[in-house]
Amino acid sequence: MTATVGQQAQAAARANDVWKVYGSGEAQVIALRGVSAEFERGRFTAIMGPSGSGKSTLMHCLAGLDSVTRGTVSIGETTVTGLGDAGLTKLRRDKVGFIFQQFNLLPTLTAKENILLPLSIAGRKPDPAWYDTVIETVGLKDRLDHRPAQLSGGQQQRVACARALVSRPEVIFADEPTGNLDSRSGAEVLNFLRNSVREHGQTIVMVTHDPTAAAYADRVVFLADGEIVSELIEPTAETVLDTMKKLDTAAEVGN
Amino acid sequence: MFRATLKSLLARKVRLILSGLAVVLGVMFVSGAFVLTDTLGRSFDSVFADGFSEIDVNVAAKPKVQVNEMEGEQTVAPLPAALVDRVKQVPGAASATGVVNADGARVIGSNGKVVTSFGPPQLGENWTGESELLKLREGRAPQAEDEIVINKALATAAKVQVGQKVGVLTAFESKKRDFTLVGVFGYSGDRDSIGGVNEVFFTTPVAQRLMLGEPDVFSSITVQAAGGVSDEKLRDDVARTLGADFEVKTGEQVAADASASLKEGLSFFNKILLGFAAVALLVGTFLILNTFSIIVAQRTRELALMRAIGASGRQIIGSVVLEAIAVGLIASVLGLAAGIGVGALLAFLFGKLAGGLTLAGIGVPAAAVIGSFAVGLVITVVAALLPALRASRIPPIAAMQDVATPDRPLTKVTVAGSLVTGIGAVLLFLGLSGNAGGQTLSTILGGVLFAFIGVALLTPLISRPVVSLLGAIFSWSVPGKLGRLNSGRNPRRTAITAAALMVGIALVTGVTVILDSAKGSISALAQDTIKAELVIAGQQGGPRPPTFDPGVLDKAKALPGVRMVDGEYGDMGRIDGEGTWVAASSDIASLRQIFGAKPTAGDIDRLGPTQMLASSDTATSRGWSVGSTVNVQLTRGEARTYTISGIYESSQLTNPVTLPATAAKDFAIPQPIQGFIQLDPGTRVSDVQPQVEALLADSPEVSVADRDAFIKQQTSSLDGLLTMIQILLALAIVIAVLGIINTLALSVLERTRELGLLRAIGLRRSQTMGMITVEAVVISVFGALLGVVVGTGLGAAVVEALKDEGITDLILPWGQMGVFLGLAAIIGVVAAVLPAIRAARINVLGAIAHD
Repeated sequence: MTATVGQQAQAAARANDVWKVYGSGEAQVIALRGVSAEFERGRFTAIMGPSGSGKSTLMHCLAGLDSVTRGTVSIGETTVTGLGDAGLTKLRRDKVGFIFQQFNLLPTLTAKENILLPLSIAGRKPDPAWYDTVIETVGLKDRLDHRPAQLSGGQQQRVACARALVSRPEVIFADEPTGNLDSRSGAEVLNFLRNSVREHGQTIVMVTHDPTAAAYADRVVFLADGEIVSELIEPTAETVLDTMKKLDTAAEVGN
Repeated sequence: MFRATLKSLLARKVRLILSGLAVVLGVMFVSGAFVLTDTLGRSFDSVFADGFSEIDVNVAAKPKVQVNEMEGEQTVAPLPAALVDRVKQVPGAASATGVVNADGARVIGSNGKVVTSFGPPQLGENWTGESELLKLREGRAPQAEDEIVINKALATAAKVQVGQKVGVLTAFESKKRDFTLVGVFGYSGDRDSIGGVNEVFFTTPVAQRLMLGEPDVFSSITVQAAGGVSDEKLRDDVARTLGADFEVKTGEQVAADASASLKEGLSFFNKILLGFAAVALLVGTFLILNTFSIIVAQRTRELALMRAIGASGRQIIGSVVLEAIAVGLIASVLGLAAGIGVGALLAFLFGKLAGGLTLAGIGVPAAAVIGSFAVGLVITVVAALLPALRASRIPPIAAMQDVATPDRPLTKVTVAGSLVTGIGAVLLFLGLSGNAGGQTLSTILGGVLFAFIGVALLTPLISRPVVSLLGAIFSWSVPGKLGRLNSGRNPRRTAITAAALMVGIALVTGVTVILDSAKGSISALAQDTIKAELVIAGQQGGPRPPTFDPGVLDKAKALPGVRMVDGEYGDMGRIDGEGTWVAASSDIASLRQIFGAKPTAGDIDRLGPTQMLASSDTATSRGWSVGSTVNVQLTRGEARTYTISGIYESSQLTNPVTLPATAAKDFAIPQPIQGFIQLDPGTRVSDVQPQVEALLADSPEVSVADRDAFIKQQTSSLDGLLTMIQILLALAIVIAVLGIINTLALSVLERTRELGLLRAIGLRRSQTMGMITVEAVVISVFGALLGVVVGTGLGAAVVEALKDEGITDLILPWGQMGVFLGLAAIIGVVAAVLPAIRAARINVLGAIAHD
């Protein structure tokens, strides 16, 4: 056991032979077929795959948002599988951060209030030094009193990133964070995510279908038909695109 | 978290205003009721305190028959005049004055009609001189037998002046007697009356004869204490001297007691108002529940986000409940304030109506404040609990998916609805069949409440077929069709909105069914049994029924073509110690010949001076049979023993007990209240009626009408009651209308994108408005339809239960029901106005880009 603890401490999130089956009988859909993966601490990992490949389902399962049919999921030293609502709530509070495609800011709160919301929900005080660093990094110092409606899409997503970072979670899950942004704003957000990994040792797991976005990651995991089919370390947009093309061809041949 | 909740609350303030308004209206009703009754109560306190302020000690006979405020004015038996001298002898008494003071002095105004007081008594008194309180404003004191003075308010109302001849009816003479008005008086502080009481002062012998019925008696003795003697000491000394047969009280006590009995009536009135407030609040609960459900549904994504970033289910419940508390708190404050305004306004109107009751300052009793906040907060929070629970079950994953929550199956809610309706039906059955022990009323009310909630739960299921059927009417046009489909889109929302309207309409329908049935049954019975072509009666305008000169009875009997005449007297008496309504007929033979009474034992055709008849129900419940002797105490005179000589079959129209006509002189009102005239066969009513009319010239309180007109007049009091109930229930319906507006407004907001799309593909503004209107009309007509059906069911159940009480005919008010449905359609159109305008104004481009 002692040996594995050391190994687990290296992984911010782990999936161990995870199966996810929706429905039953004729309508049965197998979204994940025995996926095992580790997401190392302090790294930026992208999950890629064509639509319907199960990449979002994998992320939902990893984040404890969805239950798994078989297998186990853990975040840090916590086994997510089998946790009750209270345990999951605590997990989301302390260990997990989210960035969404739709930004999901509360329209009634200012940027600053949105950023501090997770801490205020948990009843914690922000660490002022860390808070300043985060604000500095996202470059929103003069926009903190604006409402989301007064911010551009890129700015809103940066607020959402700051919100995820400010509570220093074990791992941040980003669901197509650039899906709703133009390429320039998207690049800004991705740079920012990569910097927070490089400079602050944050762990980020990002689901995307955009090869350019995936190229910002340290590692790309490819999913097809609910299985991990490939992996790239230090990817570039070209290598990602190539792998995707191969997957598509394979899928077509398979059909 | 707290801040996020408050901010989101502020952002949706417009949305919450409408539902808050429902609470405001309900709370307004509650606090208004308390403020009104409290203000009136304190006004009466000060009226009585004033009226008795110059009396140190008051001596009166113990009342022989105690009556409460609901049964009428208390009439006390007279005291012998010799008692005044005995009281004067008591050491510490500076003076003692015999006072005549009795209800029933009715002044005939310059228009020939009796001046009514609408509530306060019409006192006939003996003049004992001016005082600090009472001062003549014009003229002089009455000195001769035919002289009177009256208070200024009465003089104004009667439009009479000093020096004029004024006709007066008195307690013992319902035949007009002319007096010369020699003076008009007022009260200190420039008041024309005290509490709207009409007062006529006679000389003492006249007052004794006309108001108390015998010479040398007084209704009370007022005693002034000598210097240095306290009221209490004097009271105790007087009481010791006179013995236990008299009530000796200080002026303060008399005032407090008089006020207390009036307040008993007020508190009953308060309870009725609170009952209607409860109905309004029940409807408000539906509205709040609906608003919060919609808000939670609209905020699904936001709430899911909160869950995703670490909020616990409990925190979500907390935030929704916090919102409810904020809404409830604000609504309670506004409702309390509005209630104080309404209460003050009603008190003012009441004061005007009751002939110038001087109002004490408007007060806000603690009960109003506590009641307002308790009701406002509790209702809002309870209504928000279910939506809050639902909010806490939103999975965090909903923040990432654009999935609409699938329409949950209606199985659970339908099972629950059937169960609750069943409980309601059982409670109603128990209550109505009289098997609920001592809890009949609360069992019935509980049953009605459960039935409403149960039906409301069943409404989503019912709504599908009914709404699509109703909507089919409008399906000829595209907007109509769209509107119809929209109203069927969210059956729960449609259902609860309609259910709110159902409650009000059901209660109105139920009450209408019951009252119409009662009216119809009584009319039918009266028409079948009363064999009198002409009836003498008057419209009751205050606590005292109109009376007429008994001499008219004999004169009418002597008219050609008249076969039989009967005058009816009535009073609360005490028989063997138990309060019982007693009646007397001037001609006992009328019992059979006019009222169709059937003997079940003994002889009911004649009645000796010490004999008495009883109805079969009364005889059974009191264990009487022919030959039983009972002890009867009337308002005046000594208790007497009567022997039961006959028993007649009970019906709606029979009195519990009939005494010989000679007993009527000891009744509180020793004058006939109604007269029944039976004509010889072949005599034309129109020949006799004018002659009887002429006989009644000096009894202006009553008139003679044919039998059907009389029955209509008698049952018209039920119409008044129905109107009053309908007005009070209108508030519940207004709240339901707010609910419809709210639901539509939220739907329009939700469907901004869809509406924009429809406009983009060519739906005209007017068509958009038409679509929203159809949706509203379908919802409100559905609600009214449910209400009519449920109300008819409840009403029919009550009528069935009252079969033994003589309500034998179930009369369904088809016309009224049609009116309700038509009204509902109009309500729908009105409720749709604002949301429709809003929908029509949607910016097409903005709506499609709207996220």
